[in-house]
Amino acid sequence: MLYLLEQSLNGIQLGMLLFLLAAGLTLIFGIMDFVNLAHGSLYMLGAYFAATFVGLTDSFLAGIALGLVATFFAGIVLEVIAIRPLYGRDHLDHVLGTFGLLIFFNELVRLIWGPAGLTISLPSQMLTAVQVIPGIYYPIYRLVTIGATLTVALLLYILVMRTRVGMLIRAGASNREMVGALGVNIKLLYTLVFGLGAALAGFAGMMQAPLAFVQIGMGENILILAFVVIIIGGIGSIRGAFVAAIIVGLIDTMGRAFLPDLVRTFLSYSAGSSAGPALSSMLIYTLMALVLIFRPEGLFPASSK
Amino acid sequence: MKSWLTPRNAFVTALMIVLALLPVYSALTGNTFMVTLFTRILILAIAAVSLNLIMGFGGMVSFGHAAYLGIGGYVVGILAKEGINSGFVQWPLALVLSGLFALAVGALSLRTRGVYFIMITLAFAQMVYYIANGLDRYGGDDGLTIQRRSDFGGLINLSNRTVFYYLCLVLLMATVYFVWRMVNSRFGLVIQGARSNERRMRAIGFPTFRYKLTCFVIAGVLCGLSGVLLANHTNFISPALMHWTRSGDLIVMAVLGGMGTVFGPVIGAVALLVLEEALPHLMGLASYLATGKEVAAAKEYWQLILGPMMLLIVIYARGGIEGLISGRRRG
Repeated sequence: MLYLLEQSLNGIQLGMLLFLLAAGLTLIFGIMDFVNLAHGSLYMLGAYFAATFVGLTDSFLAGIALGLVATFFAGIVLEVIAIRPLYGRDHLDHVLGTFGLLIFFNELVRLIWGPAGLTISLPSQMLTAVQVIPGIYYPIYRLVTIGATLTVALLLYILVMRTRVGMLIRAGASNREMVGALGVNIKLLYTLVFGLGAALAGFAGMMQAPLAFVQIGMGENILILAFVVIIIGGIGSIRGAFVAAIIVGLIDTMGRAFLPDLVRTFLSYSAGSSAGPALSSMLIYTLMALVLIFRPEGLFPASSK
Repeated sequence: MKSWLTPRNAFVTALMIVLALLPVYSALTGNTFMVTLFTRILILAIAAVSLNLIMGFGGMVSFGHAAYLGIGGYVVGILAKEGINSGFVQWPLALVLSGLFALAVGALSLRTRGVYFIMITLAFAQMVYYIANGLDRYGGDDGLTIQRRSDFGGLINLSNRTVFYYLCLVLLMATVYFVWRMVNSRFGLVIQGARSNERRMRAIGFPTFRYKLTCFVIAGVLCGLSGVLLANHTNFISPALMHWTRSGDLIVMAVLGGMGTVFGPVIGAVALLVLEEALPHLMGLASYLATGKEVAAAKEYWQLILGPMMLLIVIYARGGIEGLISGRRRG
């Protein structure tokens, strides 16, 4: 039971991470109708920026803040140079062009930071574990991640639903020509949304960096998961992304935690250790396939479309 | 009567002659690397042609095409590991399984379209990828070495480098011919009609779903064949065979060569893989010309050029290399 609770927390933490990535993806897809495979590269860039700045400033928070600004501007530069010519093309062109960008960024990171990978060390007060409920100790840093992401989710909600910029973003999603005709600088709006998505992805990379290793290609597999999240949630819907991210995070973590034992009760011990992780990875894709078959628009289709 | 002597046809003929004579060149110079490289190119060209059948002609952008490479490869690898080396068992089984997998994937994913189709095909490929990762007996994520290539009795000896090269070339040409015949048949016209306007095709009475599904299965089988050859070529299988970036590579080949024609992906496969081999040298040369001495680092970071090149091709050369040669543009 306690183990179950601990694993749920892990699942939620993974879900939060996925949400950060998926929110940016779904914004970019919902508003610009753009499929961005290079989103995982921004996740990676964020982690590398943060690792560098934490090293330079010797402060975790300052490093994260500088990293966020850097990823935001990297996103803006990327949008202006490479993404803008692709708007309005078909999705295949997006996939192909951003696939090229993904290769480029992997190589660029190798050129700048070398092939070895980096680590971010946490400040000492975040290294301890805290008693969540009697009997369960949980690493503070993971709780901080969950809290920080929830805050970001809330801010994002306020930004999109309660501010003038958010109104323009929503308007741009439902009818871009009309918004443009009303005198809104739609190009600038797109650039800012892309920058925002980049910063969110970068933030995800930074939060994950101390838990994992900062390395080339770190964004690739998680990017696919984030795509699964936005498909399950309904493309263009931030609320859907939030719910789907938690579902996917929980399924993945729970599957990894419990499936091996479950398989072991039916088959041999070694079959459990090998088939378990594969099965839990498959669970997510099975869920996505089921959602697409029965609700092709996702669980929470964006109401604007 | 249209003239056959166009720059495009001249280019294709030249490419065919080069492909046909390559082992001769290699035998004369003793450069076996070229044959190995080009065998790989021919094999992946089969996969690219099969992808182009559904993507270029059918408008079904599959982002999970590498799964069939994996299925074809794993059938050969698993059977070889279990002591069944006969190609008469391995090959048909691999093709049938690829077809069945395509049938299941197609039946489900053809209900969706656009980016949803791209993603659901990706999802199914990822499933197969993770299954392969979980096959501990067959190497898990480390992969599995194949001790013996498929055995066709005394009929054909796959272990001979030249024989294998020509087998791949013949199979590629057969695939191209088959796909060419197919897209120009009534069946192929229905498929292309469904790409341009599916609703209209249905309105005039074609059950487009069945046509598209059949097309999807045929493409799956052809790509499974490519997987069988690839496993025999490298004598090794691993989940990396069907990593999603591999599906991306196949899309790149098809688009780079030109999706409008059957032969385009062959050009694309040759161009992409030769480029991958040549770019490091070209960059070394460029650094030599620029600085007077060869910079080792310039050779290492060739993907810095490849990535933006792909982007530029998407932005500026929409018909791919085919389109550049024949002056035709897609879309």
